[in-house]
Amino acid sequence: MFPLGIEPYLIGGIIIGLGTSLIYILTGLHATQSSFFSATLSYFSKLRHFQEEHFVKERVWRLYLAAGLITGAIIYTILVSPTGFWVTKIELWRLALGGLLVGVGTRLSNGCTSGHGISGLASLSTTSLYAVITFMVTAIITTHLLEIIGVV
Amino acid sequence: MNLRNLSVYFGGILFGFGLAYSGMTKQEIVLSFLRLDDLGLIFVMGGAALVTFVAINIIPKMIAGPILGGVFKPRISVLTRNTIIGAIIFGIGWGISGQCPGSAVASLGTGNYPVIVGLLFMFLGAYIRGRFFKG
Repeated sequence: MFPLGIEPYLIGGIIIGLGTSLIYILTGLHATQSSFFSATLSYFSKLRHFQEEHFVKERVWRLYLAAGLITGAIIYTILVSPTGFWVTKIELWRLALGGLLVGVGTRLSNGCTSGHGISGLASLSTTSLYAVITFMVTAIITTHLLEIIGVV
Repeated sequence: MNLRNLSVYFGGILFGFGLAYSGMTKQEIVLSFLRLDDLGLIFVMGGAALVTFVAINIIPKMIAGPILGGVFKPRISVLTRNTIIGAIIFGIGWGISGQCPGSAVASLGTGNYPVIVGLLFMFLGAYIRGRFFKG
């Protein structure tokens, strides 16, 4: 069940929570990630969906959040990680097809693992609870079906 | 850079550090959770949600509002068909690739350059949602 132990997971999760809490207590903003894509597209697309007021209003701080995520991961990799920089072995077609579905799905559902999974659950939102159960179960089934046809 | 954006940046650094520390920036570790080989991801999401629960539900009872201005407002949304259909589509994509939006962005900082492809397709997916889906 836990071949790598639970400490790295629990400690990492607490640090993530401290980050989202710091942002919420200082600014009242929910540090969720999938809106970053729609908000950033508001710079480039005149479509009414992307020009909705909240995307335009949020688009600057969401760039700062994304920059922070990258900076934090760089700091971890250089100062803490026992193995240093790392590259996935997952095939590109899976990153591409998976990414496409993640983009459509999270924006249609109005939340992802951080929006529904962290901020939504922490807000005791039943909508987010249903969303989390749905994407967890679907992802677990998908991964198992892929394993059956030899995609691991 | 104003104080508000600076705060978001510093909170984001903690967020990204935690994602990398917990291994969530490695698609292989996320997929081993989804294969139910290593259930550690539950502690990442649970630990993060528990700490954030305190910030959202308890801190606002102690201070009047966010320190830099604004209002405290829990993240409550209305359940629609799109919530569930979107979560199903997201789940399939997550299961295929082991990527989610936050972990994919942070993963760039660990040197995982192939995830740029995943991120470009997430932008394309978000565009398709805005262009072709209603609601």
